[in-house]
Amino acid sequence: MIPYDFGAIERALPYLGEGMLFTLKLTAFAFVGGLVIGILLAVIRHIRVPVLDRIVWTYVTVMRSIPLIMVLFWFFFLVPLVLRKFSPEGLSVSVSPQLTAFVTYTLFEAAYFCEIIRSGLLSVPRGQYEGAKALGLSTWHAYSLVIVPQALKAVVPIMVTQAIILFQDTSLVYVLSLTDFVGAASKIAQRDGKLVEFYTFAAVVYFIVCSAFAELADYLRQRRQAKSDVRAPTPIAVTAAS
Amino acid sequence: MNPNETPVVELVSLTKRFGPHTVLNGVDLKIYAGQKVVICGPSGSGKSTLIRCINGLEDIDGGEVVVRDKHTGVRYTKPTDIRRQVGMVFQSFNLFPHYTVLKNCMLAPLKVNGADREEARATAMKLLTKVRVDNQADKYPPQLSGGQQQRVAIARALCMNPTVMLFDEPTSALDPEMVKEVLDTMVALATEGMTMLCVTHEMSFARRVADRIVFIDGGRILVDASSDEFFSEAAHPRVREFLGQVLAHA
Amino acid sequence: MQLLFETTIDGGRYIDWLLSGLGWTVLLWLGAAAIASVFGIVIGCGRASTSMTYRLVSRTYVQIFRNIPLLLQAFLWYFVFPELLPTAAGTAIKQMPPPWASFVPALFAVGLYTGARVAEQVRAGVGSLPQGQREAAHALGLSSFNTYGCVLVPQALRTMAPSLTSEALALLKNTSVAMTIGLLELTAQAQQMNEFTFRTFESFSVVTFAYFALSIFIYGVAELITRRLSATKVAAVGKAQRQA
Repeated sequence: MIPYDFGAIERALPYLGEGMLFTLKLTAFAFVGGLVIGILLAVIRHIRVPVLDRIVWTYVTVMRSIPLIMVLFWFFFLVPLVLRKFSPEGLSVSVSPQLTAFVTYTLFEAAYFCEIIRSGLLSVPRGQYEGAKALGLSTWHAYSLVIVPQALKAVVPIMVTQAIILFQDTSLVYVLSLTDFVGAASKIAQRDGKLVEFYTFAAVVYFIVCSAFAELADYLRQRRQAKSDVRAPTPIAVTAAS
Repeated sequence: MNPNETPVVELVSLTKRFGPHTVLNGVDLKIYAGQKVVICGPSGSGKSTLIRCINGLEDIDGGEVVVRDKHTGVRYTKPTDIRRQVGMVFQSFNLFPHYTVLKNCMLAPLKVNGADREEARATAMKLLTKVRVDNQADKYPPQLSGGQQQRVAIARALCMNPTVMLFDEPTSALDPEMVKEVLDTMVALATEGMTMLCVTHEMSFARRVADRIVFIDGGRILVDASSDEFFSEAAHPRVREFLGQVLAHA
Repeated sequence: MQLLFETTIDGGRYIDWLLSGLGWTVLLWLGAAAIASVFGIVIGCGRASTSMTYRLVSRTYVQIFRNIPLLLQAFLWYFVFPELLPTAAGTAIKQMPPPWASFVPALFAVGLYTGARVAEQVRAGVGSLPQGQREAAHALGLSSFNTYGCVLVPQALRTMAPSLTSEALALLKNTSVAMTIGLLELTAQAQQMNEFTFRTFESFSVVTFAYFALSIFIYGVAELITRRLSATKVAAVGKAQRQA
């Protein structure tokens, strides 16, 4: 067997912990922010607001067509420019790479959430909207109290999957020389020459965390399918849990 | 039916098109307070469209809909105002599955009328008791039977204290054994004096409750008569044909 | 876009850099797509198999390759894999000339990662076929291999067409990860052009446009194939009805 220096990993845990903290913060921020903006974009597209609809469509299509690394490069170039332009005169705005990363991932996720939630909105029966309107609820209330909650419930499993993908995608901040969990592992690995130990350790950590959440997503999906009485052809898979 | 009274619902030359197809062709109709009106006709005659135009679920292409508040007599023509005066019960119930039965009934009074929470709850419980579903107040709609859900839908509409209640084929989606409980609820409502406009195939209900029956065919009102006249021997031939078909399946 | 035709430091023109990057991206896409197809079908069928070993191996494969970030997988193939091999093989790999030294690990990483995703879609696709199809194949005496190969997978491919299309597009985007281990594909070239000319907007725009063009091309080909597959199904059914 090849020699494996567990001690090196143990010593590096604090630093790795910091990297993981950044990963978690970025994931949480982008998930929540992306979700909120995504809901807004999805509703705009769903009710077909005249001009905004086209703008949102363009935005979402572009975001989903370019590699995330390319989006990161674009935003790193554009965000400081934009922020500096719109900030008050005399106020020297230093835009940290971390801030840009947070903004970029949020806006990137929003595009994906938009499509997910749109499919959720489409799955809510039209009668719900009519029932709400017939009671006199305004469009705002009809959507916020009746339609959107049901749409979100319908796509919870897909959202958990998207969260897992986001958690993994944060590793790409590497290209911006930011230190997330992978970045931290990489830095120490290069510095101490212990590539095997640190990269495999990072892989194991991600594997455990993502597998756990993937099981959760599967469980939610199966619970949903058990609830809805859909007459579908008997699936061939030996067991659902195989 | 006092011709000197002002009608609570008035349709003036109502026209509705779906693409090239004219579904409602200049319909005129006056409904007075306390009347129970049944609207019937063959499929595609425009009867559902008619009542959906009243509360603005369908846009109208011509004519006007006027609803008057039963207490103040104020005239409303805009859909947003009309919806507060008009309650609607749908064929597919359209209850909100993510709220309890009680919350379903409280939602509109809270958000539209700005009612006090306790007041809204009291009214909701009162009306749920009236339709005999009060013991299900904390359950969620999918846990109730079809008949129970439709009665909740009626209570929900009543919580807004409407001037008029519209019913769009309220029993068509129900299993036969549950149709009776809903019809009984509607009869009780009628007895209390609510103005009702009902699209239905249930002719027995019509004979029992309706003061007036309106027969629509091809987007026009062909017959607008009292219940007795409608079911009599001297009725319009199209009506006799329609009744023949409907009653044969009853 | 005059940038493209200006001279670079090493005497060529920037458009050469762009085309080189494009070439590597396309080559990586093709190679990874091939790997992903083979593994995807084999593993995907394995998930629904009657043999417990096959099922277990498949499930493990999918879990491993879907739950580790692609970037990390690329690092593992590039840095760690050579270390895990016997010394002779390891040294041989490390001595591969530069573009290939980055290309091959990237190929494995992106190929196997995408293979895991395709496997899940194949599983869903095969799983959505009526039970009767498998039963009929068994009744005819077809082996498992033939059951899947001749009966189930071809039908499943039709229902899976849309999700496979989006997988193909995702694969295109994922090729950009190769730049982190040194492959000068499209995104890397965007960074290079930017660093050498400081004309960020133009450099990035040109590469972004290249990605759009590739996306549209992939989408177009996928649509053609989908239509062809649906057409043969419709034609076959129509023919059967006419003969009946």
